[in-house]
Amino acid sequence: MHAAHAIVSGFGGIRTAGDLVARMQFNGGMRIDAAKKHVADKLGCSVAELADPVTMNELREDMDLGRANEAPEIAKGIDAKFRISKLLDLEINCVEIFREKIERGF
Amino acid sequence: MGKIQTRLGDGFMVEMTEAEVRQDLEDGTNDAADRASVPPLTQDELDHLYDIFASPYKVVGVEPGKEVCLSYDSANTKIKRAQISASKIQSLQVLERALGADSLELAHIDYSFKPVKPIVTFEKPIMEQAVLLTIPPLLYGAMPNMALYSQPDGPSPNPADLLPKGKIKEARESQEQSMEYLIDDIVHVGEEMYKSGSDGLNLDTTASAGDAEFLASLKAVEILKKKYPKMAIQMGMAAEFVLGMHGELYYDDVRLAGLYPHDQVKVAMKAGVDVFGPAVNIVTQESLPWNVARSTTWTKACSEASDIPIHACLGMGVGGVPLNLTPPIDALSRASKAHVEICRLDGL
Repeated sequence: MHAAHAIVSGFGGIRTAGDLVARMQFNGGMRIDAAKKHVADKLGCSVAELADPVTMNELREDMDLGRANEAPEIAKGIDAKFRISKLLDLEINCVEIFREKIERGF
Repeated sequence: MGKIQTRLGDGFMVEMTEAEVRQDLEDGTNDAADRASVPPLTQDELDHLYDIFASPYKVVGVEPGKEVCLSYDSANTKIKRAQISASKIQSLQVLERALGADSLELAHIDYSFKPVKPIVTFEKPIMEQAVLLTIPPLLYGAMPNMALYSQPDGPSPNPADLLPKGKIKEARESQEQSMEYLIDDIVHVGEEMYKSGSDGLNLDTTASAGDAEFLASLKAVEILKKKYPKMAIQMGMAAEFVLGMHGELYYDDVRLAGLYPHDQVKVAMKAGVDVFGPAVNIVTQESLPWNVARSTTWTKACSEASDIPIHACLGMGVGGVPLNLTPPIDALSRASKAHVEICRLDGL
Protein backbone atom coordinates (compact mmCIF):
# COMPACT_ATOMS: atom_id res chain seq x y z
CA MET A 1 0.00 0.00 0.00
CA HIS A 2 2.90 2.37 0.79
CA ALA A 3 4.45 1.73 -2.59
CA ALA A 4 1.12 2.26 -4.34
CA HIS A 5 0.50 5.67 -2.72
CA ALA A 6 4.09 6.67 -3.53
CA ILE A 7 3.53 5.90 -7.20
CA VAL A 8 0.06 7.44 -7.45
CA SER A 9 0.40 10.61 -5.40
CA GLY A 10 3.75 10.79 -3.61
CA PHE A 11 6.87 12.74 -4.35
CA GLY A 12 9.27 9.80 -4.09
CA GLY A 13 11.16 10.85 -0.96
CA ILE A 14 14.91 11.23 -1.38
CA ARG A 15 14.63 10.10 -5.03
CA THR A 16 13.27 13.62 -5.51
CA ALA A 17 12.74 16.53 -3.13
CA GLY A 18 9.93 14.84 -1.19
CA ASP A 19 11.83 14.76 2.10
CA LEU A 20 12.69 18.46 1.80
CA VAL A 21 9.10 19.51 1.13
CA ALA A 22 7.94 17.28 4.00
CA ARG A 23 10.39 19.02 6.35
CA MET A 24 8.87 22.39 5.52
CA GLN A 25 5.44 20.95 6.37
CA PHE A 26 6.36 19.24 9.63
CA ASN A 27 8.84 21.72 11.07
CA GLY A 28 8.13 24.81 9.00
CA GLY A 29 4.33 24.73 9.29
CA MET A 30 3.92 25.35 5.55
CA ARG A 31 1.11 24.04 3.40
CA ILE A 32 2.06 22.24 0.20
CA ASP A 33 2.30 25.13 -2.29
CA ALA A 34 4.33 27.33 0.07
CA ALA A 35 6.57 24.39 1.03
CA LYS A 36 7.24 23.52 -2.62
CA LYS A 37 8.06 27.13 -3.49
CA HIS A 38 10.40 27.50 -0.50
CA VAL A 39 12.31 24.34 -1.42
CA ALA A 40 12.44 25.19 -5.14
CA ASP A 41 13.79 28.66 -4.34
CA LYS A 42 16.48 27.21 -2.09
CA LEU A 43 17.46 24.58 -4.63
CA GLY A 44 17.38 27.04 -7.50
CA CYS A 45 15.02 24.93 -9.58
CA SER A 46 11.40 25.12 -10.70
CA VAL A 47 8.53 23.74 -8.63
CA ALA A 48 7.79 21.27 -11.43
CA GLU A 49 11.31 19.83 -11.18
CA LEU A 50 10.94 18.97 -7.48
CA ALA A 51 9.22 15.67 -8.24
CA ASP A 52 11.45 14.72 -11.16
CA PRO A 53 13.88 12.01 -10.02
CA VAL A 54 16.35 12.60 -12.85
CA THR A 55 16.78 16.33 -12.23
CA MET A 56 16.70 15.93 -8.47
CA ASN A 57 19.23 13.10 -8.42
CA GLU A 58 21.70 15.35 -10.21
CA LEU A 59 20.88 18.33 -8.03
CA ARG A 60 21.11 16.34 -4.80
CA GLU A 61 24.49 15.00 -5.83
CA ASP A 62 25.78 18.45 -6.82
CA MET A 63 24.57 20.01 -3.56
CA ASP A 64 25.59 16.93 -1.53
CA LEU A 65 22.17 16.44 0.07
CA GLY A 66 22.16 12.64 0.04
CA ARG A 67 20.33 10.51 -2.49
CA ALA A 68 18.61 7.13 -2.80
CA ASN A 69 21.46 5.40 -4.60
CA GLU A 70 24.36 5.81 -2.26
CA ALA A 71 27.83 6.24 -3.70
CA PRO A 72 31.24 6.82 -2.12
CA GLU A 73 31.87 10.30 -0.72
CA ILE A 74 28.24 11.42 -1.09
CA ALA A 75 26.59 12.73 2.08
CA LYS A 76 24.65 10.12 4.01
CA GLY A 77 22.26 10.32 6.97
CA ILE A 78 23.21 12.97 9.53
CA ASP A 79 25.84 14.41 7.19
CA ALA A 80 23.15 15.14 4.61
CA LYS A 81 20.86 16.58 7.28
CA PHE A 82 23.48 19.13 8.37
CA ARG A 83 23.48 20.40 4.78
CA ILE A 84 19.69 20.26 4.48
CA SER A 85 19.32 22.25 7.70
CA LYS A 86 21.58 24.97 6.31
CA LEU A 87 20.01 24.90 2.85
CA LEU A 88 16.42 25.18 4.06
CA ASP A 89 17.30 27.56 6.88
CA LEU A 90 15.49 25.16 9.19
CA GLU A 91 16.50 23.77 12.56
CA ILE A 92 16.61 19.95 12.57
CA ASN A 93 16.41 18.43 16.03
CA CYS A 94 18.93 15.60 15.60
CA VAL A 95 21.39 17.94 13.89
CA GLU A 96 21.23 20.32 16.85
CA ILE A 97 21.71 17.45 19.30
CA PHE A 98 24.67 16.15 17.29
CA ARG A 99 26.19 19.63 17.05
CA GLU A 100 25.76 20.22 20.78
CA LYS A 101 27.50 16.91 21.58
CA ILE A 102 30.44 17.70 19.31
CA GLU A 103 30.81 21.27 20.55
CA ARG A 104 30.75 20.03 24.14
CA GLY A 105 34.33 18.93 23.49
CA PHE A 106 36.37 15.86 24.34
CA MET B 1 -25.12 2.25 -21.49
CA GLY B 2 -21.64 1.04 -20.56
CA LYS B 3 -20.66 -0.83 -17.45
CA ILE B 4 -18.00 0.31 -15.00
CA GLN B 5 -16.08 -2.18 -12.92
CA THR B 6 -15.50 -0.99 -9.39
CA ARG B 7 -15.71 -2.45 -5.89
CA LEU B 8 -17.70 -2.37 -2.68
CA GLY B 9 -16.23 -0.99 0.53
CA ASP B 10 -15.10 -4.49 1.53
CA GLY B 11 -13.04 -4.75 -1.65
CA PHE B 12 -15.16 -7.23 -3.58
CA MET B 13 -15.65 -6.41 -7.27
CA VAL B 14 -18.96 -5.14 -8.59
CA GLU B 15 -20.15 -3.91 -11.98
CA MET B 16 -22.26 -0.77 -12.11
CA THR B 17 -23.90 1.18 -14.90
CA GLU B 18 -22.71 4.72 -15.59
CA ALA B 19 -25.99 6.02 -14.13
CA GLU B 20 -25.53 3.96 -10.98
CA VAL B 21 -22.00 5.34 -10.47
CA ARG B 22 -23.22 8.91 -10.92
CA GLN B 23 -26.09 8.27 -8.50
CA ASP B 24 -23.76 6.78 -5.86
CA LEU B 25 -21.38 9.73 -6.16
CA GLU B 26 -24.26 12.11 -5.57
CA ASP B 27 -25.70 10.06 -2.70
CA GLY B 28 -22.28 9.79 -1.03
CA THR B 29 -21.59 13.51 -1.06
CA ASN B 30 -25.12 14.35 0.04
CA ASP B 31 -24.88 11.91 2.95
CA ALA B 32 -21.68 13.60 4.15
CA ALA B 33 -23.05 17.10 3.62
CA ASP B 34 -26.25 16.35 5.56
CA ARG B 35 -24.46 14.75 8.50
CA ALA B 36 -21.81 17.45 9.01
CA SER B 37 -23.59 20.52 7.64
CA VAL B 38 -20.88 21.13 5.06
CA PRO B 39 -21.31 21.88 1.35
CA PRO B 40 -21.63 18.87 -0.98
CA LEU B 41 -19.16 18.49 -3.83
CA THR B 42 -19.80 20.69 -6.85
CA GLN B 43 -21.01 19.24 -10.16
CA ASP B 44 -17.51 19.75 -11.62
CA GLU B 45 -16.00 17.79 -8.74
CA LEU B 46 -18.56 15.00 -9.11
CA ASP B 47 -17.78 14.88 -12.85
CA HIS B 48 -14.07 14.63 -12.01
CA LEU B 49 -14.75 11.76 -9.62
CA TYR B 50 -16.85 10.07 -12.29
CA ASP B 51 -13.97 10.32 -14.77
CA ILE B 52 -11.63 8.76 -12.19
CA PHE B 53 -13.96 5.78 -11.65
CA ALA B 54 -14.78 5.44 -15.37
CA SER B 55 -11.10 5.27 -16.33
CA PRO B 56 -10.47 1.85 -17.92
CA TYR B 57 -6.93 1.71 -16.56
CA LYS B 58 -5.90 -0.43 -13.62
CA VAL B 59 -3.82 2.34 -12.02
CA VAL B 60 -4.54 6.07 -12.10
CA GLY B 61 -2.38 8.86 -10.71
CA VAL B 62 -2.29 12.58 -9.93
CA GLU B 63 -1.31 15.05 -12.61
CA PRO B 64 2.42 15.96 -12.63
CA GLY B 65 2.95 18.89 -10.28
CA LYS B 66 0.21 17.78 -7.87
CA GLU B 67 2.39 15.37 -5.91
CA VAL B 68 2.01 15.45 -2.13
CA CYS B 69 4.10 14.31 0.84
CA LEU B 70 3.48 10.91 2.36
CA SER B 71 3.52 10.21 6.07
CA TYR B 72 2.90 6.90 7.79
CA ASP B 73 1.26 5.36 10.81
CA SER B 74 3.42 2.70 12.40
CA ALA B 75 5.69 2.63 9.35
CA ASN B 76 8.37 0.13 10.32
CA THR B 77 5.91 -2.27 11.93
CA LYS B 78 4.23 -2.85 8.55
CA ILE B 79 7.44 -4.63 7.58
CA LYS B 80 7.40 -6.53 10.87
CA ARG B 81 3.75 -7.53 10.46
CA ALA B 82 4.64 -9.08 7.10
CA GLN B 83 7.17 -11.16 9.05
CA ILE B 84 10.05 -9.84 6.95
CA SER B 85 13.25 -10.47 8.87
CA ALA B 86 14.48 -6.90 9.12
CA SER B 87 15.32 -4.70 12.09
CA LYS B 88 13.45 -1.46 12.73
CA ILE B 89 16.26 0.60 11.22
CA GLN B 90 16.51 -1.69 8.20
CA SER B 91 12.74 -1.32 7.75
CA LEU B 92 13.07 2.46 7.80
CA GLN B 93 15.85 2.23 5.21
CA VAL B 94 13.59 0.12 2.98
CA LEU B 95 10.89 2.79 3.25
CA GLU B 96 13.42 5.55 2.60
CA ARG B 97 15.34 4.04 -0.29
CA ALA B 98 13.02 1.49 -1.89
CA LEU B 99 9.49 2.73 -1.24
CA GLY B 100 9.95 6.46 -1.84
CA ALA B 101 8.93 7.60 1.64
CA ASP B 102 8.82 11.39 2.04
CA SER B 103 8.90 11.04 5.83
CA LEU B 104 9.50 8.19 8.27
CA GLU B 105 8.05 6.99 11.52
CA LEU B 106 9.61 4.75 14.13
CA ALA B 107 7.15 2.67 16.14
CA HIS B 108 6.77 -0.24 18.57
CA ILE B 109 4.85 -3.30 17.39
CA ASP B 110 2.36 -2.78 20.26
CA TYR B 111 1.44 0.60 18.79
CA SER B 112 -0.01 2.48 21.78
CA PHE B 113 1.57 4.94 24.22
CA LYS B 114 0.73 2.79 27.26
CA PRO B 115 2.81 -0.26 26.23
CA VAL B 116 5.55 1.99 24.81
CA LYS B 117 6.13 3.79 28.11
CA PRO B 118 7.86 0.87 29.93
CA ILE B 119 10.07 0.07 26.92
CA VAL B 120 10.89 3.63 25.85
CA THR B 121 14.43 3.13 27.19
CA PHE B 122 14.89 0.50 24.47
CA GLU B 123 13.30 2.63 21.77
CA LYS B 124 15.56 5.61 22.42
CA PRO B 125 18.84 4.04 21.20
CA ILE B 126 17.05 2.86 18.05
CA MET B 127 15.89 6.43 17.41
CA GLU B 128 19.38 7.75 18.18
CA GLN B 129 20.89 5.40 15.59
CA ALA B 130 18.09 5.84 13.05
CA VAL B 131 18.52 9.62 12.88
CA LEU B 132 22.20 9.12 12.10
CA LEU B 133 21.44 6.83 9.16
CA THR B 134 18.34 8.26 7.50
CA ILE B 135 17.59 11.54 5.73
CA PRO B 136 13.79 12.27 5.68
CA PRO B 137 11.95 13.69 8.70
CA LEU B 138 11.64 10.92 11.29
CA LEU B 139 8.79 10.99 13.80
CA TYR B 140 7.98 8.60 16.63
CA GLY B 141 4.42 7.31 16.53
CA ALA B 142 1.85 5.56 18.70
CA MET B 143 -1.90 5.57 19.35
CA PRO B 144 -3.42 7.29 22.40
CA ASN B 145 -5.78 4.27 22.68
CA MET B 146 -7.34 5.33 25.98
CA ALA B 147 -9.37 2.12 26.28
CA LEU B 148 -6.18 0.38 27.46
CA TYR B 149 -6.45 2.27 30.76
CA SER B 150 -9.77 0.58 31.59
CA GLN B 151 -10.16 -2.66 33.54
CA PRO B 152 -9.22 -5.44 32.98
CA ASP B 153 -6.27 -4.02 30.97
CA GLY B 154 -5.76 -0.92 33.10
CA PRO B 155 -6.54 0.72 36.45
CA SER B 156 -9.77 2.63 35.70
CA PRO B 157 -13.25 1.14 36.03
CA ASN B 158 -14.49 0.24 32.56
CA PRO B 159 -16.96 2.84 31.21
CA ALA B 160 -18.39 0.23 28.84
CA ASP B 161 -19.44 -1.80 31.89
CA LEU B 162 -20.72 1.22 33.82
CA LEU B 163 -22.80 2.87 31.09
CA PRO B 164 -25.23 -0.04 30.52
CA LYS B 165 -25.89 -0.03 34.27
CA GLY B 166 -26.89 3.63 34.11
CA LYS B 167 -23.80 4.67 36.10
CA ILE B 168 -23.14 7.71 33.92
CA LYS B 169 -21.41 9.78 36.59
CA GLU B 170 -19.06 6.91 37.45
CA ALA B 171 -18.33 6.28 33.76
CA ARG B 172 -17.42 9.93 33.29
CA GLU B 173 -15.19 9.94 36.37
CA SER B 174 -13.46 6.82 35.12
CA GLN B 175 -12.70 8.43 31.76
CA GLU B 176 -11.42 11.57 33.48
CA GLN B 177 -9.06 9.38 35.51
CA SER B 178 -7.85 7.58 32.38
CA MET B 179 -7.24 10.93 30.70
CA GLU B 180 -4.64 11.82 33.31
CA TYR B 181 -2.78 8.52 32.81
CA LEU B 182 -2.88 8.97 29.04
CA ILE B 183 -1.60 12.56 29.14
CA ASP B 184 1.34 11.45 31.30
CA ASP B 185 2.22 8.62 28.92
CA ILE B 186 2.01 10.70 25.72
CA VAL B 187 4.11 13.48 27.23
CA HIS B 188 6.69 11.06 28.63
CA VAL B 189 7.15 9.13 25.37
CA GLY B 190 7.09 12.26 23.21
CA GLU B 191 9.66 13.98 25.36
CA GLU B 192 12.02 11.00 25.55
CA MET B 193 11.96 10.40 21.81
CA TYR B 194 12.50 14.09 21.06
CA LYS B 195 15.54 14.05 23.33
CA SER B 196 16.77 11.12 21.23
CA GLY B 197 16.61 13.20 18.06
CA SER B 198 13.17 12.57 16.55
CA ASP B 199 11.71 15.38 14.47
CA GLY B 200 8.43 15.00 16.28
CA LEU B 201 5.57 12.84 17.42
CA ASN B 202 2.62 11.26 15.63
CA LEU B 203 -0.56 10.65 17.58
CA ASP B 204 -2.34 8.12 15.41
CA THR B 205 -5.98 6.94 15.54
CA THR B 206 -6.78 9.73 17.97
CA ALA B 207 -10.19 9.73 19.71
CA SER B 208 -10.77 6.02 19.14
CA ALA B 209 -12.25 5.92 22.66
CA GLY B 210 -14.21 9.11 22.10
CA ASP B 211 -14.19 12.69 23.33
CA ALA B 212 -12.16 12.03 26.52
CA GLU B 213 -9.32 10.52 24.50
CA PHE B 214 -9.45 13.47 22.12
CA LEU B 215 -9.23 15.97 24.99
CA ALA B 216 -6.35 14.08 26.64
CA SER B 217 -4.47 14.08 23.33
CA LEU B 218 -5.02 17.80 22.81
CA LYS B 219 -3.81 18.54 26.34
CA ALA B 220 -0.72 16.38 25.84
CA VAL B 221 0.05 18.28 22.63
CA GLU B 222 -0.29 21.57 24.50
CA ILE B 223 2.18 20.43 27.17
CA LEU B 224 4.72 19.15 24.63
CA LYS B 225 4.52 22.26 22.43
CA LYS B 226 4.93 24.53 25.43
CA LYS B 227 8.12 22.74 26.41
CA TYR B 228 9.41 22.01 22.88
CA PRO B 229 7.93 24.61 20.50
CA LYS B 230 9.87 23.23 17.53
CA MET B 231 8.69 19.64 17.97
CA ALA B 232 6.55 18.63 15.00
CA ILE B 233 3.30 17.03 16.09
CA GLN B 234 1.07 15.11 13.74
CA MET B 235 -2.42 14.03 14.78
CA GLY B 236 -4.31 11.44 12.79
CA MET B 237 -7.90 10.74 13.77
CA ALA B 238 -9.76 7.48 14.33
CA ALA B 239 -13.00 8.41 12.60
CA GLU B 240 -14.98 11.18 10.94
CA PHE B 241 -17.07 11.71 14.06
CA VAL B 242 -15.88 12.11 17.66
CA LEU B 243 -17.93 9.76 19.81
CA GLY B 244 -19.44 11.31 22.92
CA MET B 245 -18.47 8.54 25.32
CA HIS B 246 -18.25 11.22 28.04
CA GLY B 247 -20.40 13.85 26.42
CA GLU B 248 -19.54 16.89 28.52
CA LEU B 249 -15.95 17.63 27.60
CA TYR B 250 -14.90 20.92 26.06
CA TYR B 251 -11.69 22.30 24.61
CA ASP B 252 -11.62 26.08 24.60
CA ASP B 253 -15.42 26.20 24.88
CA VAL B 254 -15.86 23.76 21.98
CA ARG B 255 -17.76 20.60 22.84
CA LEU B 256 -15.70 17.73 21.50
CA ALA B 257 -18.44 15.12 21.19
CA GLY B 258 -19.85 15.08 17.69
CA LEU B 259 -17.15 17.07 15.93
CA TYR B 260 -16.60 16.34 12.24
CA PRO B 261 -13.19 16.79 10.52
CA HIS B 262 -13.63 20.49 9.60
CA ASP B 263 -14.16 21.26 13.31
CA GLN B 264 -11.70 18.65 14.63
CA VAL B 265 -8.86 20.41 12.81
CA LYS B 266 -9.70 23.76 14.42
CA VAL B 267 -9.21 22.46 17.97
CA ALA B 268 -6.11 20.54 16.86
CA MET B 269 -4.61 23.78 15.51
CA LYS B 270 -5.38 25.58 18.77
CA ALA B 271 -3.57 22.87 20.74
CA GLY B 272 -0.47 23.22 18.56
CA VAL B 273 -0.76 20.33 16.10
CA ASP B 274 1.42 20.89 13.00
CA VAL B 275 -0.02 18.28 10.61
CA PHE B 276 -3.58 16.97 10.86
CA GLY B 277 -4.99 13.75 9.43
CA PRO B 278 -8.76 13.46 9.01
CA ALA B 279 -10.02 9.86 8.91
CA VAL B 280 -13.27 8.79 7.28
CA ASN B 281 -14.24 5.16 7.83
CA ILE B 282 -15.46 3.08 4.93
CA VAL B 283 -18.99 1.70 4.75
CA THR B 284 -18.36 -1.83 3.52
CA GLN B 285 -21.73 -2.51 1.88
CA GLU B 286 -21.67 0.70 -0.18
CA SER B 287 -19.75 1.14 -3.43
CA LEU B 288 -16.37 2.84 -3.69
CA PRO B 289 -17.84 5.77 -5.70
CA TRP B 290 -20.26 6.35 -2.80
CA ASN B 291 -17.49 6.04 -0.20
CA VAL B 292 -14.99 8.24 -2.03
CA ALA B 293 -17.58 10.97 -2.67
CA ARG B 294 -18.52 10.88 1.01
CA SER B 295 -14.92 10.92 2.24
CA THR B 296 -13.76 13.68 -0.11
CA THR B 297 -16.69 15.88 0.97
CA TRP B 298 -15.58 15.83 4.60
CA THR B 299 -11.87 15.92 3.83
CA LYS B 300 -12.27 18.88 1.47
CA ALA B 301 -14.19 20.81 4.14
CA CYS B 302 -11.41 20.00 6.62
CA SER B 303 -8.68 21.12 4.22
CA GLU B 304 -10.50 24.41 3.55
CA ALA B 305 -10.88 25.09 7.28
CA SER B 306 -7.22 24.44 8.02
CA ASP B 307 -4.15 26.67 8.21
CA ILE B 308 -1.87 23.67 8.79
CA PRO B 309 -0.93 20.85 6.38
CA ILE B 310 -3.55 18.14 5.97
CA HIS B 311 -2.39 14.55 5.51
CA ALA B 312 -5.62 12.60 5.01
CA CYS B 313 -5.69 9.04 6.35
CA LEU B 314 -5.94 6.63 3.40
CA GLY B 315 -5.08 3.27 4.87
CA MET B 316 -7.08 0.07 4.89
CA GLY B 317 -10.73 0.92 5.55
CA VAL B 318 -10.37 4.70 5.63
CA GLY B 319 -10.54 7.44 3.02
CA GLY B 320 -12.27 5.31 0.39
CA VAL B 321 -9.67 2.53 0.51
CA PRO B 322 -11.40 -0.86 0.89
CA LEU B 323 -11.44 -2.55 4.30
CA ASN B 324 -9.29 -5.42 3.18
CA LEU B 325 -5.85 -6.75 4.14
CA THR B 326 -4.77 -6.59 0.49
CA PRO B 327 -6.19 -3.34 -0.89
CA PRO B 328 -6.44 -3.61 -4.70
CA ILE B 329 -4.34 -1.03 -6.53
CA ASP B 330 -7.22 -0.04 -8.83
CA ALA B 331 -9.25 0.96 -5.77
CA LEU B 332 -6.40 2.50 -3.80
CA SER B 333 -5.09 4.57 -6.71
CA ARG B 334 -8.57 6.00 -7.36
CA ALA B 335 -9.04 6.93 -3.70
CA SER B 336 -5.55 8.44 -3.57
CA LYS B 337 -5.94 10.55 -6.73
CA ALA B 338 -9.47 11.64 -5.81
CA HIS B 339 -8.52 12.88 -2.36
CA VAL B 340 -5.39 14.72 -3.48
CA GLU B 341 -7.09 16.47 -6.39
CA ILE B 342 -10.53 17.21 -4.92
CA CYS B 343 -9.40 18.13 -1.41
CA ARG B 344 -6.21 20.05 -2.34
CA LEU B 345 -4.30 18.01 0.20
CA ASP B 346 -0.78 18.52 1.49
CA GLY B 347 -0.16 14.85 2.01
CA LEU B 348 -1.51 11.40 2.73
